[in-house]
Amino acid sequence: MGGKLLEVHNVYKVFPGVTALADVDFALERGEIHGLMGENGAGKSTLIKVITGVYQKDAGTIVLDGQEIHPTSPLHAEALGISTVYQEVNLLTNLSVAENLAIGRQPTGTVGIDWKTMNRRAAGILEKFDIDIDVTELLGNYSIAIQQMVAIARALELDSKLLILDEPTSSLNADEVEKLFKQMRRLKEQGHAIIFVTHFLDQVFEITDRITVLRNGKYVGEYATPSMTKLDLVSKLMGKSLDDLKNFDSISNHVETGDDANLIDVKGMEKTNYMNPFDLKVRKGDIVGLAGLLGSGRTEITNLLFGTQKPEGGELHIKGKRVNLNSPRKAIAHHLALSPEDRKQEGIISGLSVRENIVLALQVKKGWLHNISIRKQTELAEKYIGMLSIKTSGVNQPIETLSGGNQQKVILARWLATNPELLIVDEPTRGIDVGAKMEIQRLLVELSKQGMGIVFVSSEIEEVVRCSNRVYILQNRNIVGELLGEEISEQEIMVRIAAKGDRKV
Amino acid sequence: MSRKRLFQISRRDMPLVATFIVFLLLYAFGGFSYRNFMTPRVFLNLLTDNAVLGITAVGMTFVIISGGIDLSVGAVISTTAMIVAVLTKAGMNNVFVITIALLFGTTLGFLMGGMIQYFKTPPFIVTLAGMFFARGLGYVLSLGSVPITHPFYTNASSIGIRIGNGKLSMPAMALLAMILIGWFISRRTRFGRNVFAVGGNEQSAILMGLPVTQTKIAVYTFSGFCSAVAGFIYTFYTLSGYGLAAMGLEMEAIASAVIGGTLMTGGYGTILGTLLGTLIQGLIKSIIAFNGQFSVFWIKLFTGGMLLGFILLQKIFVYGTKSRRKKR
Repeated sequence: MGGKLLEVHNVYKVFPGVTALADVDFALERGEIHGLMGENGAGKSTLIKVITGVYQKDAGTIVLDGQEIHPTSPLHAEALGISTVYQEVNLLTNLSVAENLAIGRQPTGTVGIDWKTMNRRAAGILEKFDIDIDVTELLGNYSIAIQQMVAIARALELDSKLLILDEPTSSLNADEVEKLFKQMRRLKEQGHAIIFVTHFLDQVFEITDRITVLRNGKYVGEYATPSMTKLDLVSKLMGKSLDDLKNFDSISNHVETGDDANLIDVKGMEKTNYMNPFDLKVRKGDIVGLAGLLGSGRTEITNLLFGTQKPEGGELHIKGKRVNLNSPRKAIAHHLALSPEDRKQEGIISGLSVRENIVLALQVKKGWLHNISIRKQTELAEKYIGMLSIKTSGVNQPIETLSGGNQQKVILARWLATNPELLIVDEPTRGIDVGAKMEIQRLLVELSKQGMGIVFVSSEIEEVVRCSNRVYILQNRNIVGELLGEEISEQEIMVRIAAKGDRKV
Repeated sequence: MSRKRLFQISRRDMPLVATFIVFLLLYAFGGFSYRNFMTPRVFLNLLTDNAVLGITAVGMTFVIISGGIDLSVGAVISTTAMIVAVLTKAGMNNVFVITIALLFGTTLGFLMGGMIQYFKTPPFIVTLAGMFFARGLGYVLSLGSVPITHPFYTNASSIGIRIGNGKLSMPAMALLAMILIGWFISRRTRFGRNVFAVGGNEQSAILMGLPVTQTKIAVYTFSGFCSAVAGFIYTFYTLSGYGLAAMGLEMEAIASAVIGGTLMTGGYGTILGTLLGTLIQGLIKSIIAFNGQFSVFWIKLFTGGMLLGFILLQKIFVYGTKSRRKKR
């Protein structure tokens, strides 16, 4: 095979306040399937977007087929021979399946578009994927999985040198994944190169030849798939080498009081295509860590507990009483609080001040008829600014002008103001500096000592180990294990995450 | 899934079928109520009398399918007629006059399309401005009505093909021609399908590599062209240019498209449906004219009721496909 198809060298991409990619390398051989992996914020989607021209790199080179390229738009990248299938299907649901495959290059006859030929060809293309559907039906009348396959079929028809599949399997079932893999192998034999972005460990080991791992916007390394074990890969993803694992002092010192009643007790909660049935319990003063890779179901559990996603089955008991939480409002009324994963999207309300952001949840809990006076609001805000040492010029500073760590503290303050008995925090320390991380960790432990139950989600395994007195291990949307007290160590967690999913509790 | 569907109507065509049934019912109602209603003459007059509306509605249908709106069409018709009247009066050559008249509407459409696309301004505002601009230009040309006396225009009304006791007039022929052209563009050209793509999901259309910018500009240009043709046809009826002519016709054109099954949110619509939508409005006018007792305001009332009915029908259609998607 003559040379590399794609070479990315020393690429940097800086967004205001964040370096998304720093000195990243990536190389793709002809006729290989290359896995691109990384946890949240690792930079894999940024790298993909730089290659496909959605973003422009700030430094570095991209060489395709021996020629340096500067893709300026997805269209430009497509013209250069790079096609992409995104996780969300970007097709036209108001047109027929056949049109979606052919639009822009429909076959034409003497009287314009030749629909018969177009439909026949479309059926032929889909036949290769063993999809037998009426191609004259509107695309929108089919399931997302079918739409995804149509998108892939379309990308392949473009005759691209390089196909990027950005988490294409998240909405596919096992059967459909197999069909997709069959096509990927066929393409590989024909000499096409594929970049396969996914967070499913099993799939990576099944289909890829090599794997590139990114972490925190940096290049970790490139590995031949057969030379790796799952445990190796997990440790690379988590940024921990197995040899130099230190035993962190647990800062959590939960006092076992024997039979404390469960604060919440979940049995068999589930939602189709979202989270498989799971059991989970949190007692007063517990910090319960959820550990697993991206997409393993961490955030899904928090959403189901808080009612932002409606569970389809299972039972939830709060302090022994069965309750049915189907909305965040109900959850708040039952003294639950959730600080969500995506601070920018779901957390802070930019445009509002620190004070307004802090009183928000309390106001919701009280109802709009019981207005909290400005004086009371200011008192509350000042109390939490002091308690969490939030660095702000005053209660009326707009929240978007605060640093990430301080924004995070404001969100914590928002929920603490509602006096929750159970606090769910999803990635509270992501993207903030080390000092602020420690402060937030200490704060959580402090709160638990006062009797609050805490569910703690973090992709930084070290944090989970430090803070939690109970850890649930997640894999492919299942809880597959539980570690208590002394059992909790980074090593044990990683071994469990990489293990075959046969240790169901 | 190779089910035979010889007598099966696809769910997608339901709005069109519904429109056709309503058209037949109205026509039958007219036929049973009034003698001479079901004659070739009345039907052909229906085409003639609604040619201007129908031609305009063809362009409007494309704009709405693309997800936009064009409020300038009525004003363009009136101003095109005014340009024809004024230039003819000045003694200019007919071919030259027609060229200028058609160029005016087409260019205005092109410029509005460019504004909408490049400055990301809402079509509603841009075409509203275009409407005021065109109306203003009409008044600048002449405040009063300008008569057209050239034999080319005065004789045009006698041109036509006799069918029974009626006549397929030139405006009717122009309408049928524009419908045919519109149908061809919408079904048989890449540009036509791109219009549907843009209206369905502009972001996807961009990611699929379709020429979204060109398509959107072309849609407004085509609508401008259609209303210019309609304005030219308009001079055959009125034999004059008048600044207040075709007031509110843009709304009737939108109604034609919507009654014909075009979704205001874009992505769905047919030219045949728009023709039916135009003829339904025409039938309402004819029936009320035949009756003689009702005032013209009843026309608007019936059209309004009809419009609401069709929008409800579309909602049912849209929810129908959604619930079906869930099942699969």
